[in-house]
Amino acid sequence: MTSRLTARDLALRYGDRVVSTRLSVDVPDGALTAVVGPNACGKSTMLRALVRLLRPVEGTVTFDGTDIGTIAAKRFARSVAFLPQEPSAPDDIRVRQLVARGRFPHQSLFSGWSEADQEAVTGAMAAAGITDLAERLVQELSGGQRQRVWVAMALAQRTPYLLLDEPTSFLDITHQYQLLALLSRLRDEGRTVIAVLHDVNQACRFADHVIAMRNGAVVAEGAPADIVDAALIKEVFDLPCLVVPDPVTGTPMVVPTVDRGSIA
Amino acid sequence: MSATGTALVLRRGRFSALVERRTLVFTAVMLVLLLALGLTALCYGDGWTSPARVFAALSGQRGGPNVMIREWQLPRVLAAVVFGAALGTAGAVFQNVTRNPLGSPDVIGLDAGAYTGALVAITVLSGTPARLTAGSVLGGLVAAALVYLLAMRGGVSGLRLIVIGIAVNAMLTAVNSWIVLRAELEVAIAAVGWSAGSLNGLGWEQVRIPFCVIAVLLAALVTRAPALHQAALGTEVAVGTGVRTESLQVQLVVIGVGCTATVTAAAGPIVFVALAAPQIGRRLARTSGIGLLPAALTGAVLLQSADLIAQLLLSPVSLPVGVVTTAIGGCYLIWLLSKEVRSG
Repeated sequence: MTSRLTARDLALRYGDRVVSTRLSVDVPDGALTAVVGPNACGKSTMLRALVRLLRPVEGTVTFDGTDIGTIAAKRFARSVAFLPQEPSAPDDIRVRQLVARGRFPHQSLFSGWSEADQEAVTGAMAAAGITDLAERLVQELSGGQRQRVWVAMALAQRTPYLLLDEPTSFLDITHQYQLLALLSRLRDEGRTVIAVLHDVNQACRFADHVIAMRNGAVVAEGAPADIVDAALIKEVFDLPCLVVPDPVTGTPMVVPTVDRGSIA
Repeated sequence: MSATGTALVLRRGRFSALVERRTLVFTAVMLVLLLALGLTALCYGDGWTSPARVFAALSGQRGGPNVMIREWQLPRVLAAVVFGAALGTAGAVFQNVTRNPLGSPDVIGLDAGAYTGALVAITVLSGTPARLTAGSVLGGLVAAALVYLLAMRGGVSGLRLIVIGIAVNAMLTAVNSWIVLRAELEVAIAAVGWSAGSLNGLGWEQVRIPFCVIAVLLAALVTRAPALHQAALGTEVAVGTGVRTESLQVQLVVIGVGCTATVTAAAGPIVFVALAAPQIGRRLARTSGIGLLPAALTGAVLLQSADLIAQLLLSPVSLPVGVVTTAIGGCYLIWLLSKEVRSG
């Protein structure tokens, strides 16, 4: 397993609140990686550190061996795209305008709007299935449509690396699976995708690599079939469960043993 | 030129740009309006003259009234346009940085701070125009730092910064009154006349330095405009797409304060333009987020209109333009405050 994007011994803090003390992670190249863990376990914080939104107090994040803090902002953004959890759009912005904002790292003051920009925007909207929404105002869209617009914006950035923080959160179940299929396709095209996912079963079905976190530390990482079992789910989520083969894909599937009677 | 939906792709040689149709129409209309207002203002001096005479004067013909038009009306009209554009732009910058339509330099005390700086420059340092400008910019920056530091404690939220800014504004206004009361009579009279914000008596001598400073600041702002618009997507997306938000914010605050303070040094604190121009411009041009160009154009039109009203209302007495903008701005501010408080 090779890894261009790696974190070594990170100490991560928001002010006085310590999230992680010695966090190390290697993002496997060309794979779809899912980060799972309970709420507030430091998944988003780790992602923020990987995209320079949070400066580690100790340790370094490197891309191709270079400390990402020293890489020029636009150059880094041409390699790594990030979609935060709840981005907010300015008033009165149209879908195609918002998607076009993904081209920012490829533009300079006098470069204007190029054929490559247009092609990337058109392609991203098609991939996210929002071509017919192009002229709509973002504020008038439903939560699910809006989420796909943001995904398109990140796609228009045309980066080899794509990091997404809970991209399925506001989507209905159909659109959740459509998005996950899209992420798999991107992986097949050779991109590296890292997504924080809530649903462990979706993570097991779609991801090549799973990183399980708890209390700001990585508990286990590896292929879903190798690491996801009842003991891990108990340790990470404190949830009693059975792990059975997914009837569709054969990947691990978590079936909680909690029923109506056992929740006190 | 080709069209995709409501956007146009303009090509010139190898360069091409994506422009919204509505922005083009808006810009053209505002420019025509500005020319018409400017010409009207040039026609009005002690009394009305014909546009033909104005053109003759501008083309360099000699003669008494022509000199009046060139030496008195022209710098005043240009001042209204340039200062209006500078104030509108400064407002757009601050409303973008604070992400709040109330986050305008005149509301959060930066005009008052610039005026304090200018007053200190006059009363203590016997202000030359350059010292006045420097004192004004310094005062504005100190006020900005004060608001920022006070708002920092316990996290910066949009409305918190605004409320603290309004308090700082009130405090600084009190300080300004105190300085004027303590000053010698002649200085005090000059300071009070100027405190409302006025373009009366501005000649080439007074506007030369401010025009140069504003030109430099606006040029610096143009190079940062794409990043400013990108930052409107929020810190996370902006950083993710390669904007260095922290240094950008500092640069924008310095440019914004520079614009406001330069205008304040030359014409006194002219309120309302910075507050209203970005919002009016945004609604008219229907840009996504608060655009700089619509704000600049709207600011220029607003200040030129206000100055015409100020000259004509109690003619032949010429009111300070700040009185007019305050009167209109007060109503707008009340409306905006009630709307903001309701929406939380």
